Amino acid sequence: MSATAPTRPSRNTTYRPDRRKRSRHVYNLVGLVAFVVMAFPVYWLVISALRPNHEIRSYDQTLWPSSITFDNFRRAIDMPNFGTAIQSSLIICVTAVVGAMVMSTIAAFAIGRFRFVGRKAFMIVLLAVQLLPPTALLIPLYLQLNELGGLNEYWGVIVVYLVSTLPFATWMIRGFVINIPKELEESAMVDGCSRMGAFWRVIFPLLAPGLAAASIFALINAWNEYLLAYVVLQDNDKYTLNVWLMNFTTSRGTDYGALMAASTLIAIPVVVFFMIVQKKMAAGLTSGAVKG
Amino acid sequence: MKAAEPPVPGLRQPEERPAAGAPGPDAATPSPVGAGTRRKRKAGAFLPYLLIAPAFVAIAAVFVWPLIKTVIMSFQDVGRRELWTGDPAPWVGFEQFTNILGDGEFWDVVWRTLLFMVACVVATMGIGLFLAQAMQRMTNWVRLALTGALVAAWSLPLLVATSIFRWFADSDYGVVNMVLTKYLGLDFRGHNWWLDPKQGFLMIGAVVVWGAIPFVAITLYAALTQVPKELEEAAALDGAGAAGVFRFVTWPVIKPVFQMVTTLSVIWDFNCFGQIFLMRANKPEPEYNLLGLYSYEKAFESNSLSQGAAIGLITVLLLSGVAVYYLRQLLKIGEVE
Repeated sequence: MSATAPTRPSRNTTYRPDRRKRSRHVYNLVGLVAFVVMAFPVYWLVISALRPNHEIRSYDQTLWPSSITFDNFRRAIDMPNFGTAIQSSLIICVTAVVGAMVMSTIAAFAIGRFRFVGRKAFMIVLLAVQLLPPTALLIPLYLQLNELGGLNEYWGVIVVYLVSTLPFATWMIRGFVINIPKELEESAMVDGCSRMGAFWRVIFPLLAPGLAAASIFALINAWNEYLLAYVVLQDNDKYTLNVWLMNFTTSRGTDYGALMAASTLIAIPVVVFFMIVQKKMAAGLTSGAVKG
Repeated sequence: MKAAEPPVPGLRQPEERPAAGAPGPDAATPSPVGAGTRRKRKAGAFLPYLLIAPAFVAIAAVFVWPLIKTVIMSFQDVGRRELWTGDPAPWVGFEQFTNILGDGEFWDVVWRTLLFMVACVVATMGIGLFLAQAMQRMTNWVRLALTGALVAAWSLPLLVATSIFRWFADSDYGVVNMVLTKYLGLDFRGHNWWLDPKQGFLMIGAVVVWGAIPFVAITLYAALTQVPKELEEAAALDGAGAAGVFRFVTWPVIKPVFQMVTTLSVIWDFNCFGQIFLMRANKPEPEYNLLGLYSYEKAFESNSLSQGAAIGLITVLLLSGVAVYYLRQLLKIGEVE
């Protein structure tokens, strides 16, 4: 090895620029192929929503539509219960998110600021419950809601959504709490604030970005959930948007044009919100908070 | 101690470092100045418990109690009748388990789930790692475009993504058949991908892997940026080939993150439910059952809630090893501090 070492560096320096350039082209090609594969379904979703229906029901799919139409959106919106589905989704998601934020903020403050017996155990519970398979919990939750009269009621779904986002949100907000220097709070208390006052006047404003991010995660999670809503809600006018979306598939087939249009409508808020917090999402997932 | 873990800081928000690394024994004293009187100190000791109480109760009610209930139900026989009348369900001991474990179909489902999980995890991690490495070496604008596509794909709701892939696989108007027939010269016109579960699972695997790659690639890319450039160059100068540099310089740095992401993928893919459920229009054929679907079907289609619960319990037990491994890793890197 020591015999070859002297010759290597010189060879490397002479060949490097060219080789590097060539390998860069190869990697750019890889990147472009990956771009096409990852982006194509998203492209297809949007373009199909705008495509005339006769092109959708065609054996010869084209990459680009011959004309742009909003017919699919019209058919989607005219599907029965679109309005009530939006209403259900909003009521359920917003209530669940607000509730989750209140509970997780105070819990996150506790585990971020205090040392107490059982703190670590509580944190491990927060992580562990997120690893439970959702389908395993579905059956006992269904039974429990049945006993409590929560089937086909908004509150049944709200409670479950609220608590399912709780561990993730708590974990995430805790990350923000431990970033706020304790001295800030202490100096506020030296200056005469009560602990509560110090929290409201000093910690809470600093926590706002963290709360915004956590509530967006919670909102996306609740907005995307379909299985519990599908099992628990039974009336057509109580369906959430996701359950309503299943109406597009009937025994006679699927109206893909309208389905894509409706999917676009449902996905837009999620995509927009997601873009805002994506960076923190990547960090949150690996640092222990698990996607639902 | 935590500063010695290079890959993790890169994945967290940079501003999180100082606080997370700061030792917090002094955090125990509730208020260093005002804690003069004994009464105040006592109230301070109860405060954290008071603060976590709502979250604790909620989690106990929606996660822990259902889990206990699952255990109880698996030793009972809860069917539709008990559900509607509210009659106490009869205790049947281990009957549900002996029925399930003695059923050949159950073992088929278990093996299918394992096989599916392994295939999806290997594909996801392989492609994800490859993409992350390629992202380091491509021109900036290509990387930006790819990152945009990854984030867009990541953000699509599962329900929407699955609808799109279902249409791709449509026998009459699907893009897959069109491309195979028109551009690759194969006769796939009107081909039904769902008749043969092997082909069907190819489609399901495609949507699962496609949906999982963004998280894996972006996370591993973040980990790779933590690898010191000088070390790689030094290794290359000393005569290490590309494989050698990866094996001895890059891999040790990204290993903890890679393990963590792999563990999460194992759990997520093992629990795969939605993609199959929605691809098969809410009523998957028995050949498409994985453990989650099998449990759901027994409980809600065959009306034996206890069987479903017992299968769910078995799933939890099968996964508990992986979950413990994951938690131990988090403890090891000092995440739970």
